[in-house]
Amino acid sequence: MTDKIDKAPGPAAAQTPYEDIRAIPVRRYGRWVSGVVVVVLLGWLVYAFSQGNVMWGTVGDKLFDSSVLTGLWHTVLISVTAMLLGLVLGVLFAVMRLSKNPVTGAVAWLYIWFFRGTPVYVQLLMWFNLALIFQYLNLGPIYKNEMVDVMTPFVVALLGLGLNEGAYMAEIVRAGIQSVDEGQTEASHALGMTAGQTMRRVVLPQAMRVIIPPTGNEFINMLKTSSLVSVVQYVDLLRATSNIGANSGAVMEMLFVASAWYLILTSIFSVGQYYLERRFARGSLRSLPPTPWQRIKANLGTLRRPEVAR
Amino acid sequence: MTDFSKGAGSQPMVKAEGVHKSFGLAHILKGIDLEVAPREVFCLIGPSGSGKSTFLRCINHLEKINSGRLSVDGELVGYRQKGDKLYELKDREVAAKRRDIGMVFQRFNLFPHMTALENVMEAPVMVKRESKAVARERAQRLLDRVGLADKAQNYPSQLSGGQQQRVAIARALAMEPKLMLFDEPTSALDPELVGDVLDVMRGLAEDGMTMVVVTHEMGFAREVGDALVFMDDGVVVEAGNPRDVLTNPQHDRTRSFLSKVL
Ligand SMILES: Nc1ncnc2c1ncn2[C@@H]1O[C@H](COP(=O)(O)OP(=O)(O)OP(=O)(O)O)[C@@H](O)[C@H]1O
Ligand SMILES: [Mg+2]
Repeated sequence: MTDKIDKAPGPAAAQTPYEDIRAIPVRRYGRWVSGVVVVVLLGWLVYAFSQGNVMWGTVGDKLFDSSVLTGLWHTVLISVTAMLLGLVLGVLFAVMRLSKNPVTGAVAWLYIWFFRGTPVYVQLLMWFNLALIFQYLNLGPIYKNEMVDVMTPFVVALLGLGLNEGAYMAEIVRAGIQSVDEGQTEASHALGMTAGQTMRRVVLPQAMRVIIPPTGNEFINMLKTSSLVSVVQYVDLLRATSNIGANSGAVMEMLFVASAWYLILTSIFSVGQYYLERRFARGSLRSLPPTPWQRIKANLGTLRRPEVAR
Repeated sequence: MTDFSKGAGSQPMVKAEGVHKSFGLAHILKGIDLEVAPREVFCLIGPSGSGKSTFLRCINHLEKINSGRLSVDGELVGYRQKGDKLYELKDREVAAKRRDIGMVFQRFNLFPHMTALENVMEAPVMVKRESKAVARERAQRLLDRVGLADKAQNYPSQLSGGQQQRVAIARALAMEPKLMLFDEPTSALDPELVGDVLDVMRGLAEDGMTMVVVTHEMGFAREVGDALVFMDDGVVVEAGNPRDVLTNPQHDRTRSFLSKVL
């Protein structure tokens, strides 16, 4: 019955030759005008910089200057360690915030309230000046030292950035945990897993999918925010380049050098984030999207065998 | 195949005496009394909201009962009795007791970030500290048993509802439980997928597994069930042999419920 209907138009339709519609396309003058305006503005900008009093040679020379590279390393080091501290604190305070114990819940709330509610710049200065109010760090019989010795620029920077980050991460992790269906916890408990095992093996891996994208943003922010640590005498990328700039008079040139490195760092980590997100998407998508590299290979394949693509 | 009749002593596998459960002011279970014998397939039917799921969840202490006594294989659920005093069990002890009770949910609740095989291996490895090789071997065997040997490497999102539910059954069986709880295991399935899941359950029943099954599948209850309870509004209205209750209900409420679902 149905195959009659199906067969009739099938092959016939494929054979019918057709003629392309010939019509005068709409003239989109607006697009042309705006395109020209943007190109002119860009050209003007490039021209201005080429005519400006910029020693481009210095930018190239100083890009790999040893003190710049040391500063770069310090920026990466402080960003990564502060982010790790933030992650650990974030998970800890998120779990505390969600726990049934009202005391831990309140403590977590207080922590987030303070560290998210005050500028990180102010927090850095407070850690830096802690010795003004506590002369010694006294942990009873375990440890005692003068505060100025404990609070090296690195420690100050780590505490300042890490504790601030922890407050933001706590909220991100909490949202991630709450996004996981309650049935998952139930199924896990029903199998005899403890609360800790359930969190580690079932809830957090699923929460990751929600946690990672904003965490990537946090990390890129951290790379840039870490430039504040120069106020606490930590010689990061910005401080290292500014030092050279101040001594040689090449102020703008050295800021270009710093910007170039910041751009390179953030670009590298954006790529890393893409692969991380892909890894934690396992199971939530029927098939994972191809990596850019796989996409290139696939395209090369079709280029070589165009008949397959048709 | 496998003999599941563990600890098949004379005492009931599940015994409920005057079990009450409230959520805040809502009184959900109003004095449930029932006994499930070892190797028995015990079916629980009743209208939506009558408290069937709640009772099932009390059996493995996902919910705490407010009053009465509930025991599994002779041991109180969630408490330990010393003299005439009751002591609440620690979280760890509650978890340990749940190992012996498998549960299958209406919405499967498979772990979406693990493959079918990993889902089945997870609890034996994490809870029983079994070696991965042993756990994997058993998981393969169980997936084979539920007819999914070739889907071991699939993630839940790549399986049909019926296949997911059969993986969920395999996952519960991996802990070698002495009691299996099923909460409407086929209600979320397309009609043509129901049969596969019921077949697996029928196989379990033949191998002597003690099962408490909340279901709307009256055919299954009649063929496989050894006992049936009709619950309404938090009380047991009628209990008995499934064939008797389904064909010749004694209470009006049972009759009107059956007339709607049959
Ligand atoms: N955690 C909870 N908090 C408050 N009320 C609850 C909770 N769990 C269940 N209830 C209530 O208890 C009653 C019984 O629920 P239950 O899930 O046991 O019903 P059921 O018999 O399984 O129904 P169904 O056939 O629809 O699954 C319902 O009115 C429900 O709203
Ligand atoms: Mg229910």
